[in-house]
Amino acid sequence: MSDNYTQIGKSVPRIDAFEKVTGQAKYTADIKFSNMLVGKLLLSPHAHARIISIDTSEAEKLPGVKAVITHKDVPSKRYGLSPARWDENIFCIDKVRYIGDKVAAVAAIDEETVYKALKLIKVDYEVLPAVFDAFEAMKEGAPQIFEEYPGNINTEIHQNFGDLDQAFKDAYYVRTDRYDGQRTYQCPLEPHATIAYWEGSKVTVYSSIQSVHYLQYYLSQVLDLKMGDVRVLKTYIGGGFGGKMDPSGLDFGAVILAKKTGRPVKMWFDREDMFFNNRGRHPQFMNITTGVTKEGKILGVHADFVMDGGAYTGLGIASAYYAGALLTILYDFENYKFDMLRVVTNLPGCGAQRGHGQPQPRYAFESHLDNIAEHLGIDPLEMRIINARKPGTLTVQGFRVDSYGLKEAMEKAREISGWRDKKGKLPQGRGIGMGNGGFVSGAGYAIYRTDLPHSVATIKVTDDGTSAILYTGAVEIGQGSDTVLCQMAAEAMGYRYEDMKIVAADTDLAAHDLGAYASRQTLMSGAAVKQAGEDVNKKILDTAAEIMGVSNEELDCRDGIVFVKSNPEITKTFAEVARTYFVKNGQLIGRGSYKPPKLGGVHKGSAVGTSPAYSAATQVAEVVIDEETGEIEVIEAWDVHDCGYVINPALLHGQVHGAFYMGMGEAIWEEVLFDKNGKLMNGNLAEYRLPTALDMPPVASELVDTVDPNAPWGVKEVGEGATTPTMGCISNAVYDAIGVRVKSLPFTYEKIWRAIKEKK
Amino acid sequence: MQVVVDNNGIKRYLVTLNINGDSYTRVIKANTLLVKFLREEIDLTGTKKGCELGDCGSCTVLMDGKPVNSCIVLAVEADGHEITTIEGVAQNNKLDRIQESFIENAAIQCGYCTPGMVLSAKALLTQNPHPTEQEVRTAIAGNLCRCTGYVNIVKAVLVAADEQ
Ligand code: FES
Ligand code: FES
Repeated sequence: MSDNYTQIGKSVPRIDAFEKVTGQAKYTADIKFSNMLVGKLLLSPHAHARIISIDTSEAEKLPGVKAVITHKDVPSKRYGLSPARWDENIFCIDKVRYIGDKVAAVAAIDEETVYKALKLIKVDYEVLPAVFDAFEAMKEGAPQIFEEYPGNINTEIHQNFGDLDQAFKDAYYVRTDRYDGQRTYQCPLEPHATIAYWEGSKVTVYSSIQSVHYLQYYLSQVLDLKMGDVRVLKTYIGGGFGGKMDPSGLDFGAVILAKKTGRPVKMWFDREDMFFNNRGRHPQFMNITTGVTKEGKILGVHADFVMDGGAYTGLGIASAYYAGALLTILYDFENYKFDMLRVVTNLPGCGAQRGHGQPQPRYAFESHLDNIAEHLGIDPLEMRIINARKPGTLTVQGFRVDSYGLKEAMEKAREISGWRDKKGKLPQGRGIGMGNGGFVSGAGYAIYRTDLPHSVATIKVTDDGTSAILYTGAVEIGQGSDTVLCQMAAEAMGYRYEDMKIVAADTDLAAHDLGAYASRQTLMSGAAVKQAGEDVNKKILDTAAEIMGVSNEELDCRDGIVFVKSNPEITKTFAEVARTYFVKNGQLIGRGSYKPPKLGGVHKGSAVGTSPAYSAATQVAEVVIDEETGEIEVIEAWDVHDCGYVINPALLHGQVHGAFYMGMGEAIWEEVLFDKNGKLMNGNLAEYRLPTALDMPPVASELVDTVDPNAPWGVKEVGEGATTPTMGCISNAVYDAIGVRVKSLPFTYEKIWRAIKEKK
Repeated sequence: MQVVVDNNGIKRYLVTLNINGDSYTRVIKANTLLVKFLREEIDLTGTKKGCELGDCGSCTVLMDGKPVNSCIVLAVEADGHEITTIEGVAQNNKLDRIQESFIENAAIQCGYCTPGMVLSAKALLTQNPHPTEQEVRTAIAGNLCRCTGYVNIVKAVLVAADEQ
């Protein structure tokens, strides 16, 4: 069937490739306005301290300084990306809660003056005892970080489905393992920047943000502005991975400084600021217990987790729910218990990084399953095959999973990786491992409660029909949404991708969309775009029918040509039909709108984890370990993905490469470190070690065919799901290589070396 | 180098850089970094800043044909030298073969590393027209990319080299 498509299913070049490869693409920090000031935030030097007083007078006197703002100059309304816990202020009022917390901001004529002014702000602090470890934070007598979170417990989840006690009684083997995750950061290469300026009562905000809608919503909520007075847009964005989701101090700061000075203000994070302000991945401490039959069929699972949330909530409550919600998707079992404590500490707040709360639990579960398979003497891949979810089933919590190709993905991965010849058969120091994963293709519910559609789209065909413009609120952050959505629009219209243009992610000029998170845009923005394209297509066929003197059912339109189905020689161009439409009726416009159907079960927290469609992925990796030094090298990797129908294969495989890359970084090198006073020790790209081109192995990326019934053309997600199997897969490969399990991320050379030594 | 002293006694230096074939003369402070000079004095914002510490390679430009991190080179050090930025790679609106290959091989995602990658690749292929894969990886090891896993970038450089 895909053969009938002319615009989708093809690796067309990116719509923004020329601008990006020539350096013309303007990212937020590249933009200048006349009379523009620059601004920076003053961050807290203490992990936990009472603010006694702030004296900005010296800073204000410095020539070139135009405004200094503290909590006294801004609304005191609290906010947070998830409305369930609004616990953050634009600037700290009574207390700072981590080193890097936001205290004040300065706008001045140039960078040098800004930095000088920051040094002149005098803040008198009363230092308080602080706590940097989730388990310490829960102990009696630990410093209390928020009044509203007694015992520093920010979120507590207890879910229980089926009869787990009975399942464990019935089981042939019940096993518990404990695995620990670490704190990592998204580290998009572009540091976040914001520019704001006012025209009367209306403000325009350029921001490196993954959702223009949520930023518009939160700016208007916290600053008490009409949404219609707040315009948020982005130009090019240099990656996000979850780090550019939350409204940041830059966004609020720039808007308020611009108001105060009456001038455009640009603010930006430097690289270290990114570690303080981007909400990195929650470290999770995971006890996981599973009961299985003799054959390896899973009867029940208990996930008992603690996560360190850092100082604020942001989206963290959703991260906590995600950690357990998605564990039930891959394998079919009927008894499940999920306990989670999200704890606040005096470290930077955590949030969503690629895969949200799920990659670390997947690491734990996939490592745990290998342990069980080994005990039972079953091949771990075969054991997973007998447990793999079937399409058209419900999870234990009531999530409906329609298309699902996990089993096929495993079978293909087994074949292309040479699994059977390698597993358990490689020489000492060399190993192969596998892991599974997957993700939601968009969240079933918006982050705050709303009845708005999740995506709308408008297509305007220009007057003479030689181009068409897609208006969408979807946010291109590098993943390729602008390209894929234009392909989809062209396909639905019967038009050509080459003639498409796009206006995206601008709350005034484009159309509403919730943005780039939860891997939602291909399915959800795509659904709205498809509808808008079909609306145009219908108008074209109706008009062509009139011109050509046939009924519209006899016509079709593809690749910019309208033709009579029974005699494809008889044609009109899309453009001439569109022009006729324009002359008769005015602008040719198509509209689409998408909102997911009601999804999920009835339990508390049942919204998190719902989605119209779920992707699935299997990864296999082969590693070589130097037993003298513990050095680990990933030498080859294979990914097989079920991501539904593929709109642009080249972009899709690019997502898989990048996702594996990020997962590999988290598995082996990446970890943010703090000293005993909560001071960030490696907030730069030399010591927070991202993998380089020399670390990256060849990755074979393949697909299994599924077409999801709940998605436009049957599409599903890829960008986040492909990072969820990686850590478990590498964990299992390391075990295969050295015969001993490293039980915490990342698998540093030192940990591996120690593990080998202890074994000997 | 000619020096101008302002009312506060701060010295400024008269420098002339040849950038993408044109010569630009400016009066700057001694601590002005080349990246800042390019982005703010000359308005060439294709050169990116990812870390400003010499760690990421986003700010890579060619100085007399050699790749340098322009965030750790002073503009005064570049006085009299030839600088190529990403804006100088395409000639008369015709893309360089490396740029075309980046597009054809889907080597661009967010694009933030792309200018630096293209320049590192350009320097490599000028020096070594037929590099091995390992030589390509070594040449771009100082350019971080958070999106692509380098898979298609390495491929794009090798394809461009093959066709030379
Ligand atoms: S900005 Fe120069 S190396 Fe990162
Ligand atoms: S394409 Fe985004 S950093 Fe390389």
